[in-house]
Amino acid sequence: MLHTATSLFHSLRCDGSFWSLRLVDERSESLAVRRDVPQPASRSRDRGAMVTVYADGGAGYAATSDVSVEGVQAALDRAARWARSTASRSVIDFRAVEMPASRGDFESPGADVPWPRARWYELLAAESRAARVDAAVVDWEASVELRTAEHVYLTSHGAQVRQRYRFVMPGLYATANAGSITQTRTLRGGRGVCQQGGVEVLARFGFEGAGRQIGDEAVALLAAPECPTGRMNVLLMPDQMILQIHESIGHPLELDRILGDERNFAGTSFVTPDMFGAYRYGSELLDVTFDPTRPEEFASYGFDDDGTPAERAYVIRKGVLERPLGGLLSQRRASMPGVANARADNWNRPPIDRMANLNLESGDASFDELVRTVKNGVLMATNSSWSIDDSRNKFQFGCEYGRLIEDGKLTRVVRNPNYRGVSASFWRSLLRVGNDATREVLGTPYCGKGEPAQVIRVGHASPACVFGDVEVFGGDA
Amino acid sequence: MEARFHAAAAALTAHTRGHEVSTLWFAAERSDFVRFNRGLVRQAGTVSQIYARVHLIAGQRHADVTVTLAGNHEDAASIAAALDELRGVLEGAPEDPFLLYATEVHSTRRVHRGSLAEPERAVSALVDAGVGADLVGFYAAGPTYRGFANSFGQRNWHEVESFNLEWSLYQRADKAIKSGYAGFEWRDDELARRMATAKAQYKALERAPHTVTPGKYRAWLTPAALNELTSMLSWGGFSGRARETRQSCLLRMQTGDARMADAVSLTENLGEGIAPEFQGDGFVRPATVPLVTRGSLGDALVSPRTAKEFAVAHNGASSSESPDALDMAAGEIPAAEALARLDRGIFVGNLWYLNFSDRAACRVTGMTRFGTFWVEGGEIVAPLAVMRFDDSMFRLLGDRLEGLSAERDFIPSAMTYRERAVDSARLPSALVSELTLTL
Repeated sequence: MLHTATSLFHSLRCDGSFWSLRLVDERSESLAVRRDVPQPASRSRDRGAMVTVYADGGAGYAATSDVSVEGVQAALDRAARWARSTASRSVIDFRAVEMPASRGDFESPGADVPWPRARWYELLAAESRAARVDAAVVDWEASVELRTAEHVYLTSHGAQVRQRYRFVMPGLYATANAGSITQTRTLRGGRGVCQQGGVEVLARFGFEGAGRQIGDEAVALLAAPECPTGRMNVLLMPDQMILQIHESIGHPLELDRILGDERNFAGTSFVTPDMFGAYRYGSELLDVTFDPTRPEEFASYGFDDDGTPAERAYVIRKGVLERPLGGLLSQRRASMPGVANARADNWNRPPIDRMANLNLESGDASFDELVRTVKNGVLMATNSSWSIDDSRNKFQFGCEYGRLIEDGKLTRVVRNPNYRGVSASFWRSLLRVGNDATREVLGTPYCGKGEPAQVIRVGHASPACVFGDVEVFGGDA
Repeated sequence: MEARFHAAAAALTAHTRGHEVSTLWFAAERSDFVRFNRGLVRQAGTVSQIYARVHLIAGQRHADVTVTLAGNHEDAASIAAALDELRGVLEGAPEDPFLLYATEVHSTRRVHRGSLAEPERAVSALVDAGVGADLVGFYAAGPTYRGFANSFGQRNWHEVESFNLEWSLYQRADKAIKSGYAGFEWRDDELARRMATAKAQYKALERAPHTVTPGKYRAWLTPAALNELTSMLSWGGFSGRARETRQSCLLRMQTGDARMADAVSLTENLGEGIAPEFQGDGFVRPATVPLVTRGSLGDALVSPRTAKEFAVAHNGASSSESPDALDMAAGEIPAAEALARLDRGIFVGNLWYLNFSDRAACRVTGMTRFGTFWVEGGEIVAPLAVMRFDDSMFRLLGDRLEGLSAERDFIPSAMTYRERAVDSARLPSALVSELTLTL
């Protein structure tokens, strides 16, 4: 696509002080076997162009699914008109913005997914069958979404970036029912297993053989008591930790939220610019990095959508807040350092600050040590419910699966485990951090934000962690 | 754009072979998007997109592919290529016992052209009207198109030209009034009127926030707040598939263990919405479907696929089986009496970020947000410091529901994920005797 994009770029005319072309070409295929019936294959090819123009101090963008020279030139002209017509009312003087002239490539790891469709159906059918362990299982599915993408970014300042991605997103769920009780188990949550690479992703999560386990656990939850109510310690597994990191560290540290851009929709942040460098976000054990360099992680890339080279950086070190998650424009507006995270979810949306890969660094505790740390409490696994205020402070999260920890030992299964807290104090109650053996590299394809709204890929790697004195409760018995 | 749709449909028919059936779902828009912060423009742009979902059926085998179209003479080749791609997919594909599609031709056409402002003028009007305030907002405008075609010759077309402007006036931190102006005919004076109303409400934000402790509070829920709650019911609550597999949040109504108050009647009222009357399998949907009638569970929204899978009748629901035009019957409380009837409690302007804390019990948690105030003696005392609620919808819309307002708001969806939404709701306000706050 690089040759096509370059040829197209050189055919375009624009008198703005800066202009760019971003071409996106994504292909996907979704396969599923639900209730032991193969579902029809669903594919997509999504191709389009986004152009951005700076002129007279203003900026405008235009996107089109017409990638002919005429179509993109018309978009470029529209973007230039937006730039000029809004220049006197712009929140940024774009004349002062120096856009990078990066040149480079990025490619996901792993070979192309080599399996024929029939082999996928065979695997999905086997896991679907296995998930129905009992007549109480009323709905069950095994699925996979395979996606490839090529993004090319070219600018009038000489940037030339080509990035090619391969994503694999397997999923499993089993829903069991008894009377008015219904419980669902999934493989690390809805599309929580999402990585770059090929079929090797499935083996990392034990996809083959997981159907039976989730079916067993869904049925076990039907007979389990409700999660107890009270203040106690919790052991959060990685497939809940990723949600905790996402909602109560990732979003509040996004610089565009701190600058107020999202206040009409996604919300603001309890974090203010003066807190960076000194604010104690969490206990000494809390180390959080923005890391676009881990090859298999879902939101790894070489450059963001403004062409800024992507590098690993600490955002919280030993519990102290270091830097926000803001791209080039936000950094300039706030006069603060940031990271390369100006990202768009597709060709038809402009870049905004997104968290990309945000990881909690491993500690030194084995899983057994984590359990022993909790005298009496609850292990919670796999996020099922998430809600947090518009400043990203007061939260309430629920999980699919809980197990009591009594006298430092795992005991009974409990259903509907929920907990609530406040971001500003919750992370300070981080008592133990699991080692690499407890760590998983997960993510979500569904992070929503922005006006117009965007749903983007993010990655989170986290070990299991123990938190102290948390408000825990169950569902309606 | 309608001509482009018909050209694509003609290409579909022309390239479909004798033993095949094909369908086309056409979704396009040309949207101006402007976002504002601090009373200035943050981002301004235009998006022109055409998506075509091509579905090929051969016997009981079928598959679909969604492609982007340029909107020019190349579209016919794109449609032909999509069909060729699908023929490859169907080779060796498993048969689908739950395939169901419309075979009787039922063509429709609905066009609602508006009178929109030039986008630059809309930008000026909002920025000028918001002078003196910390305004943050979003303007989305332009035509949206939906079309369906199949190789039997059916053609359905739905075109709406509309705008949706939402803005918030921030007093400080998280204290703001959110307002909206949406419709088909832009009028500067109407924007000015709504801005004046917002600025009047904004004055109440200047008082120090009132903090309450967790507990149960009397509450008035505006239509915007109630919309957040009923949206949770729409998350699988009315789905035929969810009902058959015992996953609906209304399961306890299904099992006879719960009901809502007699005042609650909910209807999928497409006839008064802005969504297309047809769906992706070619079926034309009924104008109304009763979902909850006087507190009792009514019909489910059943897609053709669910109908085949569970041997029940379908009512032309889309594959999501969620309402596109949820309508709640009005009550008898005059909205002008809201504060007086509330007397002492919380006036909830908006709720935010709702989710289930126990789906099977229809228990929902979420936060208070914009325009929420503490009220005493029927007067606004102060803005409320944000609070989390966690409560059962069966209680809020059941024994704790004191009444609904006589007036209702039409709320077109402002969602723009992937495309501008065409769903809407028409809802009253609700007065509840207790809302459980937890944090």
